[in-house]
Amino acid sequence: MILIIQGCTTNKQALYEWGSYEDLIYQSYATPGKQSLEEQAIKLEAEYQIAISKNKALPPGFHAHLGLLYFQSGKIDLAQQSFIIEEKLFPESKQFMDRLIAKTTKRRP
Amino acid sequence: MKLLKITSLLSTLSILGACATPVAKIDYTNYQQSKPKSILVLPPINNSPDSKATYGFFSTTTKPLAEAGYYVFPIALVDQAFKENGLQNPPEMHQAPLNKLHEIFGADAVLYIIIDNYGAGYKVITSDVVVTAKAKLVDSKTGLLLWFGEATASSAETDNNSNLSLVGLLVKAITKQIVSSVSDQGHVISKITSARLLDPKPNGILYGPRSPMYLQDKF
Repeated sequence: MILIIQGCTTNKQALYEWGSYEDLIYQSYATPGKQSLEEQAIKLEAEYQIAISKNKALPPGFHAHLGLLYFQSGKIDLAQQSFIIEEKLFPESKQFMDRLIAKTTKRRP
Repeated sequence: MKLLKITSLLSTLSILGACATPVAKIDYTNYQQSKPKSILVLPPINNSPDSKATYGFFSTTTKPLAEAGYYVFPIALVDQAFKENGLQNPPEMHQAPLNKLHEIFGADAVLYIIIDNYGAGYKVITSDVVVTAKAKLVDSKTGLLLWFGEATASSAETDNNSNLSLVGLLVKAITKQIVSSVSDQGHVISKITSARLLDPKPNGILYGPRSPMYLQDKF
């Protein structure tokens, strides 16, 4: 199966460890409120550990999305940290992340 | 051993067959000049009757583009940024001026997706789940069209047809994998449509800078 898929996309390894990241986002739209923000964050934190143990990179947006979950659950410092990590890993996100980081700074008590 | 060789040759041939796309060639002049590093995917416009389509499809677009080598903006944050700016639905979001998008996100290119079919009951055989989408990629600074494409996938694809057999297997495998956790079959098929639409291939999206295949596209 894997060989077949690769046959169409050239022989390369996936760049990122996806885990359930995309499905988690889908679920948050399909069944809003079914999983609390904390539950969603815990799932992503677990994905993060898995990626580290496999020495694999997490996809673009992963840390930013985790930051969003933290932000929405009032964990402003963690949110800011996540946006900073996203920006560090993916400088392409700088402009957008800077806006979000500024927003978290404003929200600080 | 000999048998193994023959089967591997056969599978190579069938793979080539499955990947061949004998359609009109896309002009990549603008794309190659633009060299986008990042892509902002807007929440897709849904022309199907199924209200789940926009996010059912949207949530499948990051993977093919990121694996192609682009930075892809996080979809939930993108969606939220639009809503905070007063744009509540995809048709409004698609009308947003490029300079405004560039100011907020700083993306090199913007991908506009329109979903034409999503889910069951669109044809005679009502049990089939079909997802069809078209997309265009635009340079966010110049507004120039970089690429456009269209793709479809159906749960009815079977292994009777030699060209579709691999795809059929893929459909089955993916369906089996998530059918238990997801009731929305449109989302399941969206993954295949999305890969067909956004994986690099002849006439497709080109590889981006984060891919080891960058600038090695075959035309």
